[in-house]
Amino acid sequence: MLELYDGPLNVSEILTRWYAQESTSNYGAYIPFVGTVRAEDGIEGLSFDVYEPILNGWFDAWVQKVAPLGATLKMAHSRGDVLVHESSYIAAVFSPKRRVALETIEQFVEDFKASAPIWKYDLVNGERLYARERSTAIAGAGILGAKS
Amino acid sequence: MITVEFLGPIQKPVLSMEASTLHDVARVLKEDSEMAQWIDSCAVAVNDMLVSTLDTVLKEGDKVSLLPPVCGG
Repeated sequence: MLELYDGPLNVSEILTRWYAQESTSNYGAYIPFVGTVRAEDGIEGLSFDVYEPILNGWFDAWVQKVAPLGATLKMAHSRGDVLVHESSYIAAVFSPKRRVALETIEQFVEDFKASAPIWKYDLVNGERLYARERSTAIAGAGILGAKS
Repeated sequence: MITVEFLGPIQKPVLSMEASTLHDVARVLKEDSEMAQWIDSCAVAVNDMLVSTLDTVLKEGDKVSLLPPVCGG
């Protein structure tokens, strides 16, 4: 399940609803990761662009990858502005036993940071400034600039 | 005719061009001074599937997307 929201996430509602959805699924572990915007470098918040077609494909591939492990993935992300101390990202893994969920949440979040088609901007004096230094080129990037 | 769209922070309108492979798209974009800061760091998708070679064949109506470096979360 992939959910996109305009603006900040309602963390307690999402976590509670996901817990209820799987409460009788016989999972022994539910491990959520919540990403919250920190006050640093004078930013007012962050802002996000999301490209849904490729994000959906990336997420679906992860769902298929963890299905043989008996795990279920859920993810929520913001579009647009999210202010300091609000949250923009939740990922969660449900699995029968803890080890799969612990390992999957780490791999999933790391791949998300490196691969998901989402662009982050700092909000400074009301302007959106692309966070280029904190961004990662997607694996295989650069083919257009290669000598042909 | 194919279209080229620029995602995220690349502030460029959609381009339409004749192209039979991504080599043709690369030739056009390399001549575009606005693209100089992006071209070496963008991933490329054709019809929303990431591709890894300029030999990718394009057909009428295909959509090429350029994805600059990402940072979700």
